[in-house]
Amino acid sequence: MSGLALVGHQFRYDQKAFWRNPASVFFTVMFPVILFLILALVFSGEDVNVRGGIDATTYYVPAIMSLAIISATMQTLAMTLVIAREDGRLKRGRGTPMPPWVFIAGRVGNSIVVALMMLILLAAIGALFGADVPWARLPAILLTLVIGATAFCCLGIALTALIPSQDAAAAIVNALLLPLYFLSGVFIPEDQLPNGVIAFADLFPVRHFFDAFFDAYVPAGGSAVSWDNLAIVALWGIAGLLLAIRYFRWTPKSG
Amino acid sequence: MVESPPLPDPVISIKGLRKSYGETEAVRGIDLEVNRGEVFAFLGPNGAGKTTTVEILEGYRKRSGGEVTVLGEDPERAGREWRERIGIVLQSGRLDPYLTVRESIDLYAGYFRAPRPTEEVIALVGLEGKVEERASRLSGGQQRRLDVGMALVGDPELLFLDEPTTGFDPSARRQAWDVIAGLRDLGKTVFLTTHYMDEAQRLADRVTIIAAGRIVARGTPEDLGERDAGETTIRYRRDGREVVTRTATPVKTLHELTAKALADGEELEGLEVTRPSLEDVYLQLTAATEVDG
Repeated sequence: MSGLALVGHQFRYDQKAFWRNPASVFFTVMFPVILFLILALVFSGEDVNVRGGIDATTYYVPAIMSLAIISATMQTLAMTLVIAREDGRLKRGRGTPMPPWVFIAGRVGNSIVVALMMLILLAAIGALFGADVPWARLPAILLTLVIGATAFCCLGIALTALIPSQDAAAAIVNALLLPLYFLSGVFIPEDQLPNGVIAFADLFPVRHFFDAFFDAYVPAGGSAVSWDNLAIVALWGIAGLLLAIRYFRWTPKSG
Repeated sequence: MVESPPLPDPVISIKGLRKSYGETEAVRGIDLEVNRGEVFAFLGPNGAGKTTTVEILEGYRKRSGGEVTVLGEDPERAGREWRERIGIVLQSGRLDPYLTVRESIDLYAGYFRAPRPTEEVIALVGLEGKVEERASRLSGGQQRRLDVGMALVGDPELLFLDEPTTGFDPSARRQAWDVIAGLRDLGKTVFLTTHYMDEAQRLADRVTIIAAGRIVARGTPEDLGERDAGETTIRYRRDGREVVTRTATPVKTLHELTAKALADGEELEGLEVTRPSLEDVYLQLTAATEVDG
């Protein structure tokens, strides 16, 4: 098989394994949906004082989409790669003629496809709650998604180097991401966060991705493509890629 | 001109192999050759340097010294073409729990240029009844056989099996042994590491014993059994006490013993004559070196 056909081959089996894994399906697919439904029901009818005032449902659609995309990419990759590494599956795969990058590409492809599906799913559910799908902005939305998803994939792969064991994976990933979701205005609208919190969150990529995704999705904003935010997200991604190239391990701790 | 008979074709050739981890020397200068089509057992206790050696041969680890050739190439520099020709079963490793037997084999089949048909591989490892079962629902023995199947799907010339039956119950071991014995019939060269003497005896054409990073014995299972053949043990009970005699001339000793007993009108209760088993030889050989290992 050629390189690309091999990636497709790997991707097919990664998809099967993803959808059969109850933890992936719950945390990556169900959890963002449940979260959106709760937030949309609790805050329905309220206004968020952002961009001249928008309704809460409209705010939470791009917010939870950002979370879902980061979960499908950074979180899923970090967790499943650590599990595969400590199971010895990465090492085993390296013993075959398959080029190592094919394995990573298959996983990244899996993450990006799941991220796209979550975009569609949440857009549909959001529309049921009155958050119109901004069709005219589709190119900007997809561009933002692809840049963000790729960057967070790189960060997820880099993060595996900091995770020593399968048991530590969920704890480390959540300890990093959950606070950032709060501080970046994903759970609590940013007009209700104390001063200075957003400035702090601006040091990290979650906030910039959310900001860019919000600009792309909510027509009340200005330009659909938030180049400055995307540039910062992309820089984080490049940093992640360099760290991943330097520190990614194929072998389990015990050999 | 008369053609000389072809020289035996070494699939693996190791000369003066050394490997250190910091201060510790795990492998202290070993030489060995493995010929085409043989099942070679690398036998030794835990920590003897077996896995270090096999992982150097597989290209996973870099050696500290010596020469290594596997299928004509240095594993440290060998590439994709070389990997088409070898199969690897790691000592510890779990399979993707969410893929079925067929999917696991199909996935690996895609990695090789000319894979063996999936159905054929499944039959070789005796998992015909479990084709649609997910790996997580297989027993430990079945998972290991699937692992062997994944290593076989590329139709390799050379197969590495690192302690393939460690931790198995007797029936799972026997099934794994049948699979490995079947590999010889396919003409595969097999490099097997194990710490079970009976496994080496049962499966291997040649056995090399390693202890504390050095080779302490080598030969066919029969040759190794002949070592110390002089020592035969005779046991019996007299007045309720066990008497143990070791002798290099068992026929003579036994004759004298039974003649005396007959003359005295005594019965030699629980009389037993045993030659050292391969296990005894192995334990004797490895015990001496274990202290500094």
